[in-house]
Amino acid sequence: MSQETILIGLAGVLASASPLIFAVIGETLSERAGVINLSMNGTILLSAMGGFAVAYNTENIVLGFLAGMLIGALVALIVAFASITLQQSQVAVGFVLALTCRDLAYFLGNDYMGVPGPRLQAMPIPVLGDIPVLGPLFFRHDVITYISFIAIFFAWLWIFRTRPGLMLQGIGEKPAAAYIRGANVNLMRYVYTIVGGALIGLAGPAFSLAIRAGWMGTISGLDGFGWIALSITIFGGWNPVRGAFGAYLFAFLQWLGLVLQPVLTQVPSQVLQVAPFPLMILTLLLVNIGNAEWVERTLAAMPESARKIFAKMLRAMRTSPPAALGVPFERD
Amino acid sequence: MIKNRLGNLSYQLAALLLAFGVVSLILLSVDASPSEAYKNIFKGSFGEMRKFAEVLVAFVPLLLVTAGLLVTFSSGLWNIGVEGQVVLGAIATTWVYRFYLDSDLPPTLIIILAIIGGMLGGAIWAALAGILKVFGGVNEIFGGLGLNFVATALTIYLIFGPWKRPGVASMSGTVPFPDEFSLPLWQNLRISPWALVIALIGIVFVYFLLQGTYFGLRLKAVGKNFRAAYLLGIPTWQYSMYSFLICGALAGAAGAMQVAAVYHRLIPSISSGYGYLGLMVAMLINYQALWAVPH
Repeated sequence: MSQETILIGLAGVLASASPLIFAVIGETLSERAGVINLSMNGTILLSAMGGFAVAYNTENIVLGFLAGMLIGALVALIVAFASITLQQSQVAVGFVLALTCRDLAYFLGNDYMGVPGPRLQAMPIPVLGDIPVLGPLFFRHDVITYISFIAIFFAWLWIFRTRPGLMLQGIGEKPAAAYIRGANVNLMRYVYTIVGGALIGLAGPAFSLAIRAGWMGTISGLDGFGWIALSITIFGGWNPVRGAFGAYLFAFLQWLGLVLQPVLTQVPSQVLQVAPFPLMILTLLLVNIGNAEWVERTLAAMPESARKIFAKMLRAMRTSPPAALGVPFERD
Repeated sequence: MIKNRLGNLSYQLAALLLAFGVVSLILLSVDASPSEAYKNIFKGSFGEMRKFAEVLVAFVPLLLVTAGLLVTFSSGLWNIGVEGQVVLGAIATTWVYRFYLDSDLPPTLIIILAIIGGMLGGAIWAALAGILKVFGGVNEIFGGLGLNFVATALTIYLIFGPWKRPGVASMSGTVPFPDEFSLPLWQNLRISPWALVIALIGIVFVYFLLQGTYFGLRLKAVGKNFRAAYLLGIPTWQYSMYSFLICGALAGAAGAMQVAAVYHRLIPSISSGYGYLGLMVAMLINYQALWAVPH
C-alpha cells in the first residue's frame, strides 16, 4: 500500500468518525447534566432520514442539517419531559423512543429509498490544505467534518474551563449542592438534554448528506450506530476529548477491517460486519472491570510489583458516570 | 385507594387516546385513512377464526418473553438481551432437530428434547449477559444489545454457511424439517394448542414464582434495594444470575416455539422482534404478571 493511499484512508477515518463525534458529544452533555438519552439509536436514524428528505425536497443542504438537529432536539424534549417533569424511568422512555424513532424512520422514509440526493462537497482550505501530510489529513474535508473537529475542542472547553461548565458538572454530580449555589437544576437539565439532542440529531444528516449520502432504509447499515455511540460515551468517561479518541479509534478499526477484508477471505463477511459489537462489549468490560469487587480482591492478593502495574492500568482505563445520572432532582 | 385507581385509570385512558392520536397523525401524514386502518386491524385480528389463530401465533412467543422479563424486571435488571436469547433458543432448537434428523427416536421425544435445547440455548445467552454484568460491571443494557447483534449475525452465518440449503443458500432459511417434528396444529389453523399450553405454563409459573415463593420475595428484595438485600444476607449476585437464567430459558422457549410450531426451520428474522415487543408489554402492564394475560 502506497503512502498516499494510507493518507487518504486516514483522512477518511477522520471524516467518517464525524457523526459519532457529534453523537458522543451530545450524549456527554446530556449525561453530564444527569439525563441519559437512550433514544440515540432511533434519533440518529430518524434525523438521517428527515435531514435527507428535507434537503431533497428543498434542495437546500443546510436546511437538511437543521432539520436533523430539530428532530434530535424534539426527541430529547420528550426524554426530558418524561424524565424530569413526569419523573419516569429514563431508560424506559429512551428505549421505547429508540425503537419508535427507528421504525418511524423506516416507515416514513419509504419514498426516499435509494433516491439520489444532495451531498455535501469537500471544501479544501486554501494554503493549509497544501501542507504535506497534514493538509490532506486535516484540511481537505467537508464543512461538517471541520465542525466536528471544532466541536470536540469547544465541548471540552465548555465543560472543564468555564463557569457554566462547572455548574453543569455540579448538576450531574451533586444537584442539591448546585441548587444551593443558585442553579436551576431542572431547567438546566432541560437545556442540556435538548442541546445534546440537537447535536445527536446532527449525526443523522452527517451520514445521509455527507459520508454515506442517501437514505437506504433498513439496509443503510446505520442501525446500531447509536448504541455504539452510547458505549463510546462511557468509554470516553464523559470527557469529549477521550470520547472523540474512542470515536476515531472505532472508525480506524472499521477502516482496518475494510482494508484487511481481501486478505482475510476465509473470515465470513457477517463476522466482520458484526465485529463492532463484541468490540463494544470488550471496551465496556475494560473500563468497568476495575470497579468489580473480585478484581480488587485479586489485586490485593498479588505481589507488590505486579499489583502496582495492574492497578495503574485499570485506573487509567476506568471511568465512572456522573453520580446523579438517571436520578430525578427534587428540592425539598 | 379506589380514588387512586380511578385516577390511574383516567391517566391510562388519556395515554391510550394520545397513542391513537399520534398514530392517526402519522397515518394522515402519508395520506392513509386512520379509521380505515383501525377497521382493518380489528377485522384482521378478530374477523375470522383463521385470523384470530394468527393473533394467537404471535401471542405465544410474546407471552413467554414477557413472563421471562417479569422475572428480570423484578430483580431490577433491564434484560434488553432478551431478543438475542429468543434467537439463540431458536438456533439451539434447530441444532437439536438437525442432530436427530436421521435417528430412530420417537418424534415426540425429539420435539421435547428440542424445546429443552432451546431453553438451554436462551439461558446460556442470558448467562453471558449476566456474567458480563455481575463479574465485569458491564451494564446489562449494553451487554445485551451487543449480544443481540451477535445473535442475529450468527443466524445469518448459519443459514448461509454450515446449515445452508443444498444448492443455493437464501434468505428463506434452512431446509424445512419433516412434518413429524412440528408441534401438532389445531385442525387446519396455524396455531398449535401445545404451544399455547406451554406459554400459559410459562406465565403461571412466573406468577407463582414471584407472588407465592420465598425465592420470588428475595428476588424482588434484590430489585427494590440491592444494597439492603445484600446487608440482609441475600446472596445478591447469585439472585441476579438466577433471574437472567430463568428469563433466558423462557425466551429460549419462545425461540423454540418459533421453530417447532411456526416456521419449522431457521429463518434470518426468527425472533420477529418479539423480544423488544415483550419489553414494551412488560412496561405497559406495569411489571405485573397478572395483566400479561387478558382476563
